[in-house]
Amino acid sequence: MNTLSKVRKRNKLESDGVWGYLFIAVALTTFAMFTAYPFVSAFIISLQKYKPLGSTYIGLDNYTATLKDALFWKSMKNTVVYTILTVPVNLFISFAIAIMVLPFSKKTQSFFKAVYYLPVVASGVALSVVWLWIFDALPGGILNQVFQFFGIPSQNWLGSSSTSMFSLVLMSWLSSHGTSIIIYLAGLLGIDETYYEAAELDGANFVQKVWHIVIPSLRPATLFLLVTGVIGSFQVFQNAYLMTGGGPDNATTMVGLLIFNNAFTYFEFGKAAAQSLVLAFVIAIISFIQFKYAGKNVEY
Amino acid sequence: MALYSNHTGRPRVRFTRNAIIFTALLLFALATIFPIYFMVVSALGDPVEAGAVSYSIFPSKFTLASFKFFFEYSEYSYRWILNSLVVAVAVTVSNVVFASMAGFAFSKLKFRGKNVLFGILLVSMMIPYQVTQVPLYILMVNIFELQNTYRALILPGIVTVYNIFLAKQFMSSIPNEILESAKMEGCNQFTIYMKIILPLSKTVLAVMAILTFMDSWNTFFWPLLITNSMEMQTIQVGLKNFRFANTTYIAPMMAGAAISALPMFILFFSLQKYFLEGVTVGAVKG
Repeated sequence: MNTLSKVRKRNKLESDGVWGYLFIAVALTTFAMFTAYPFVSAFIISLQKYKPLGSTYIGLDNYTATLKDALFWKSMKNTVVYTILTVPVNLFISFAIAIMVLPFSKKTQSFFKAVYYLPVVASGVALSVVWLWIFDALPGGILNQVFQFFGIPSQNWLGSSSTSMFSLVLMSWLSSHGTSIIIYLAGLLGIDETYYEAAELDGANFVQKVWHIVIPSLRPATLFLLVTGVIGSFQVFQNAYLMTGGGPDNATTMVGLLIFNNAFTYFEFGKAAAQSLVLAFVIAIISFIQFKYAGKNVEY
Repeated sequence: MALYSNHTGRPRVRFTRNAIIFTALLLFALATIFPIYFMVVSALGDPVEAGAVSYSIFPSKFTLASFKFFFEYSEYSYRWILNSLVVAVAVTVSNVVFASMAGFAFSKLKFRGKNVLFGILLVSMMIPYQVTQVPLYILMVNIFELQNTYRALILPGIVTVYNIFLAKQFMSSIPNEILESAKMEGCNQFTIYMKIILPLSKTVLAVMAILTFMDSWNTFFWPLLITNSMEMQTIQVGLKNFRFANTTYIAPMMAGAAISALPMFILFFSLQKYFLEGVTVGAVKG
């Protein structure tokens, strides 16, 4: 009896197993071919002077060259500056807007959600095209017109190394908060009313309620947005590529753009692979630190 | 009682407060959608030369001349839109099919190595795309020789880990009892998937379809790499050509930008609920 049920159980398990593998077959093949294989391949290519026919093994030369490359460090610095200027500010903007939307009716909330989310839906290329004209260097450019109104002389926004980074940052401030607003608002609506009641009985004012109830409750959302925001920002490519091409004087060359140029402009595949793995390593370390420090006391 | 005080008995205070907040929200909202407004207004204006005028924020007249200009400028303008559509539809359909299948297996079936495999998939989401793009390009171009084909545009995206994760999360909440009673009735796993799992997962599949379509439609990097003739480009890459080839005419460029964004705006306004739901699914637990 005992053996029989064991056999039956095993048969059931095995038939489930076959179905299981069948159901994941395509996903697994896709993953193996287009993620796992390229990932392993990246390591191999990074150790080579890559040529389509017959690459030569050169050990860690690509890595040492990368670490000695002034442009690599400059692009790293640009990426860090961009991240510091955009991610926290975008989080703050999203948080503030989510809180400000809260007292209104569901209908009004939906209206603002839709408006703020619209740039996320628009294609990045389309937005770049528009922003290029907003930043137009002529006095007739929209941003220059706005600044003239405040008595600030016309700037060559994207063409001058002192303003090009700020231009990319400004673009991010005004178009990258749609997703986080919605996540924050979902978090805010999920906070139990009884917390506020208890706080009010203790005489807490608005600021105290935000500080002691809202911020702690939104910590998991903040951590999620912070980690994904930083990861995304370190991989930024499209805006720099389309808006400034990395210029002027490499003032907006981000690591993502540098890797792209090395690979697909200069066909230095080995160097590009090594740099992409350094980037992956840096991202992994930063994510780890964020989880370790910002993740304290977060319950999942 | 809530975060905001109701100012009971002082309706004027409450009204003033809400009016101030509303104005602030509206001003920032205007700044946020200004580029989109500017795009539409310029696209509908005369195809004027840049530098000849100061760009005006308010339209003086409406004409479709810029759109005509855009489509006449390149013989491939229509082809780019068609390419985008073919790729986005193929990627969306295959993702819904294969991600739901994998999600079902990972959430409801028992097989050896399941947890390890799923763990590997999840960890792989952390890999920056720059790492895999170079070898993927070499694989597609030098080994498979698929450059400039629909296959090269579609294959790498036929099922993404994020969608598998989404499907698995959702399907885990379907009670096992339903599946077991179906099994008693003699259903095999495929019938269970078709007859029970899929109908119960409609919402998540819709969310998945919409977000995947949007991603695919808006994607720029991979089509830029893998296409080298105007004929095979998607609208996003085509638009870039247009910009670098022709820097004198703003309005036709804005018309092109508007055309590339229009399908997503239409989808967004008709299926807003799914878009916004998709953002929070899988993002944060309570």
